[in-house]
Amino acid sequence: MASLESNFLGIKSPNPFWLASAPPTDKKYNVLRAFEAGWGGVVWKTLGSQVKNVSSRYSAVDYGGQRVMGFNNIELISDRPLEINLKEIAECVRLFPDRAMIVSLMADNDRRSWHELIKKVEDTGAHGLELNFGCPHGMTERGMGAAVGQDPEIACMVVEWVMEAATIPVITKLTPNVHSVVPTGRSVVKAGTNGLSLINTIQSVTGVDLDTFVPNPYVAGKSVFGGYCGPAVKPIALKMLTTIAQDELTSKVPISGIGGISTWRDAVEFMLLGASNVQVCTAAMKHGFRIVEDMIEGLNNWMDEKGFQKLEDFIGKSVPTITHWEELDINYHHIAKINQDKCIHCGLCYIACEDTSHQSIKLAYGKPYNTYTVIEEECVGCNLCKLVCPVDNCITMEEHRVAPEYVNWIEWQKRGLPLNDH
Amino acid sequence: MAIQNNRLTAEQYEQNFSDIHPPFETQNAALVEANRCLFCYDAPCTKSCPTSIDVPKFIKQITSGNIKGSAHTIFSSNIMGAGCSRVCPVEKLCEGSCVFNLMDEPPIPIAKLQRYSTEKAMENNWQLFERKPSTGKKVAIVGAGPAGLSCAHVLSKEGVDVTIYEKESKGGGLMTYGIAAYKVTPQFCEEEVNYITAIGGIEIKYNQELGKDISLAQLKKEYDAVFLGIGVGIARQLEIPGEKLEGVVDAIQFIYDLRAKGYPTVPVGDKVAVIGMGMTAIDAATQAKRLGAKEVTIVYRRTKDEMPCTQHELDIAMLDGCEIIWLAAPKKVKSEKGKVKSLVCSKMQMGEPDASGRRSPVDTGETFTLEVDMVIKAAGQTPYEKLIKKFNIQHSAFKIKTDNCATNIKGVFAGGDAVNGGKEVVDAVQAGKDGARAILKYLKLC
Repeated sequence: MASLESNFLGIKSPNPFWLASAPPTDKKYNVLRAFEAGWGGVVWKTLGSQVKNVSSRYSAVDYGGQRVMGFNNIELISDRPLEINLKEIAECVRLFPDRAMIVSLMADNDRRSWHELIKKVEDTGAHGLELNFGCPHGMTERGMGAAVGQDPEIACMVVEWVMEAATIPVITKLTPNVHSVVPTGRSVVKAGTNGLSLINTIQSVTGVDLDTFVPNPYVAGKSVFGGYCGPAVKPIALKMLTTIAQDELTSKVPISGIGGISTWRDAVEFMLLGASNVQVCTAAMKHGFRIVEDMIEGLNNWMDEKGFQKLEDFIGKSVPTITHWEELDINYHHIAKINQDKCIHCGLCYIACEDTSHQSIKLAYGKPYNTYTVIEEECVGCNLCKLVCPVDNCITMEEHRVAPEYVNWIEWQKRGLPLNDH
Repeated sequence: MAIQNNRLTAEQYEQNFSDIHPPFETQNAALVEANRCLFCYDAPCTKSCPTSIDVPKFIKQITSGNIKGSAHTIFSSNIMGAGCSRVCPVEKLCEGSCVFNLMDEPPIPIAKLQRYSTEKAMENNWQLFERKPSTGKKVAIVGAGPAGLSCAHVLSKEGVDVTIYEKESKGGGLMTYGIAAYKVTPQFCEEEVNYITAIGGIEIKYNQELGKDISLAQLKKEYDAVFLGIGVGIARQLEIPGEKLEGVVDAIQFIYDLRAKGYPTVPVGDKVAVIGMGMTAIDAATQAKRLGAKEVTIVYRRTKDEMPCTQHELDIAMLDGCEIIWLAAPKKVKSEKGKVKSLVCSKMQMGEPDASGRRSPVDTGETFTLEVDMVIKAAGQTPYEKLIKKFNIQHSAFKIKTDNCATNIKGVFAGGDAVNGGKEVVDAVQAGKDGARAILKYLKLC
């Protein structure tokens, strides 16, 4: 059986599943329940400046009858007294010595505040620190959170302060509310951060109430931009993770992946694209801590199937496969094929191709069932039909290379090969 | 053994005749199912609906919270969409062709979703159609059943002034008088008629029977066109000895009484034989059971492969505890003191296929006897022969012959059971639409 043991900057946990800094990790009660459920570690909800929260705090995007495809919040960092948090962190560390305890921090913007906070937190016995440079609401107005993460210079300065005082590993959490996470990532790595985590939440409006005309979440007739997370942000998170995993400098430090991870599959994808471990929040908020059971079992079974003994065997494995467009092989071509035995005649492939793609599917009228076949000469291999087909493996993309040799865009142009020829 | 009424308590009647397909209780429940719909293109469900309701569209509209639009989509194709959602044999129409069947998954509950939207529309009295200004043209419709009402609605929408002559005291036709009460209540039927006619421009004159209170000649004279939606009436005769005995009843009459007079007033035997295996036979058998008959046996001369009812209907009868005897043809009703005592049946077997490939039942010469005190005849219905003869309308076995809905008499159109011999409500609704279109063309209004 594969080992799920994780070692992140020397911080050990029995599995790579941590709970992200958020409401589920803001007190002993929840954290003990999480550890009992099997979570490998937690990032304790951000400690630091004094705050006051509002009501309500969350809103969500539902899709196709499913709740919480996306989730946003306008909650601030921990609003509990610092002393209580510190006491409870120490108790949790003592009760579950084999789990990772990371504490998220967001001190006021001065060196002394950071140093004092780090000292107090280290006294709890916590294993690591995570710097919250990502919170996009409430704190930014006071020059903290994303306001730090959005400015590589300020981020660099704060990390330097932190590294002066910290004796345990420091992870810097990046905000996605930038055109690229790489500049801040590079800047904080240069300043000495031991690791990176990403992404924090994305600024968002989840929707507008069509009766009150006020967007969500509702606070006395007003709303504000909230931080978006949950399954909807996963593709964005994966992209940002990849840019960090591919950068010469930022790829030198371990990365903790965050953003819409709900299942072991999601976790594997993050790890294949360079995350050493993952952090989860929304899925736990929707379903409770018990989801970790299948995450552990699913990952284990997958690793056994693939023959991976330990996490390092596959971490980062997919990073080199994301390339630049101009390096793609233009001679590669595939064509859709509809398996008539599996086809249920819903016509979704046809109408998608007919209205919005390349008119490559032929409809032969039948009552009540039409027959749909691919016009191979017209198919550009875009995948749309396969993507909308409700039956697994009914539409497959069959490889039909244009020519055997690899030719990319640069070479194509150099040779003066034909363009706009479809 | 005796035939008697008032066998049950009020609570028992209510329970036995409550809605067999209850509606979605919550919006959430409807949404779960609506969201399963794949939104097929050129959808098999739509193609399998005689009125071509755009099913994927109306279901999508439920998911977007546009219930008014959803109801409009349904009613645009089928103005009796509310009633059809309760009485259609969807297992052989829309739901039967739902693509989920091909994945061995339960089909989308289209009827239930259709009921959800249309019920909301009726409850809130959403008037979704606007009548064009009157064109001054007048059309008479005979029969306020599904064909007549559907025809009337289309015509009125186009500014035609419609008068419907109905021989009964209520509208709805077989929907009101000929369908099991646990599918649609008489009250619902009345509400549906009122909802349809609320568009305006439609007057229904009740208790006006063609050939008795009104004549075709008179209608032809007073109106610009006439539509005959007279349906079929009488149960086919068995032509066996004892058919006239007290205790032998016509299924249509039996169901009619049940609906028109109230459950406790309708007498039913201890042991009942129902002859036939169509939808009406099932409705009669199950309702006899639900009225308190101890034993109900359905006798059918062919096999399950040939039965006209759907499996779903058969299941209802079997779940109600009705017995089924296949390959049995009634031969004689025996009596004692003038009352039904037993039904003698011939044992049949399926013969070789004829030229058309259809196999007919053949008498084996053996017989058996069922001890019964009541026989309900449901071996199909026959058209209004006398009426059709009287008007010199061209017909084929008394089914009115039409050419694009027009009869051989100028200005007289027909549709529904009177033309097709007896099909589903939804077929009659389409026939009414087709008739209206033919009339509009005839009146040069389109």
